[in-house]
Amino acid sequence: MQATTHIEFIVAAYGAGVAVIVALIAWVMVDYRLQRRILAELETKGVSRRSARESADE
Amino acid sequence: MRISELANPSRFLRVANLAIPWLGGATVIVFAFAIYRAMLAPDDYQQGATVKIMFLHVPSAWLGMLCWGLMTIAALGTLVWRHPLADVAAKAAAPLGAAFTLLCLVTGSLWGRPEWGTYWVWDARLTSELILFLLYLGVIALWRTVEDASRAARAVAILTLVGAIDLPIIKFSVDWWNTLHQGASVFRLGGSTIDPTILIPLLLMAAAFTLLFVTLLLAAMRNEILRRRVRTLRLLQASAAG
Repeated sequence: MQATTHIEFIVAAYGAGVAVIVALIAWVMVDYRLQRRILAELETKGVSRRSARESADE
Repeated sequence: MRISELANPSRFLRVANLAIPWLGGATVIVFAFAIYRAMLAPDDYQQGATVKIMFLHVPSAWLGMLCWGLMTIAALGTLVWRHPLADVAAKAAAPLGAAFTLLCLVTGSLWGRPEWGTYWVWDARLTSELILFLLYLGVIALWRTVEDASRAARAVAILTLVGAIDLPIIKFSVDWWNTLHQGASVFRLGGSTIDPTILIPLLLMAAAFTLLFVTLLLAAMRNEILRRRVRTLRLLQASAAG
């Protein structure tokens, strides 16, 4: 029957789907943490945007 | 809140920080229900169980095209209205569109082998879809090649507008040329030709994929705004040191 004959194609397709989705989620999460960490390091060193300084002064 | 008010990146970040967890939760719920319905869907009378590849292939194909459509609107936003978030959206969307188009090509190939006897054929639908993937790679390469962000945004916007010609070619390729790929069967005059037992899970998977795409796009846009802030702060730091 076709279900057993072609099961490897179905499994491979869903494997590819899971791999792509997991990779995209990992990419945005890792990138977010990286940018947040760099921003925090820069602000620790006293570097801040003018708009951020103005809103802090208010 | 009006859409135009989101043009302020700080306001956009506040809205995105609120929306992303809710959208992520909704994506998980809709995906769980869609996969459950897809597993219960019957085999096709001709294709057997391989029809289940359609639940991945069709939504990823739709998203690949939708994403380029959004990038086309963003390109107009960059060139015509100079909207501050337009090129942020375009830059964030390109890798997502590339990923979904690649998934469409891979799943289509894996579906084609048992049904057509070949992984690939140079027919109009498959070739125009491959061109869309190459266009995405071109856009990503352009962003990385041109150092000046505003010049890169304009160059990408022009390439995106030119590349939009591929969208109707993909859509109507099965009508304009003889192809191995089947014709339109969901959105067509006269209604869908797919039985509801397969059509409903397909539409649920499309909804789940679309929610995932919106969540990832907001998250990637948030990352891009933060990346630009990092760049600004580094320039400030360098000028203060100089």
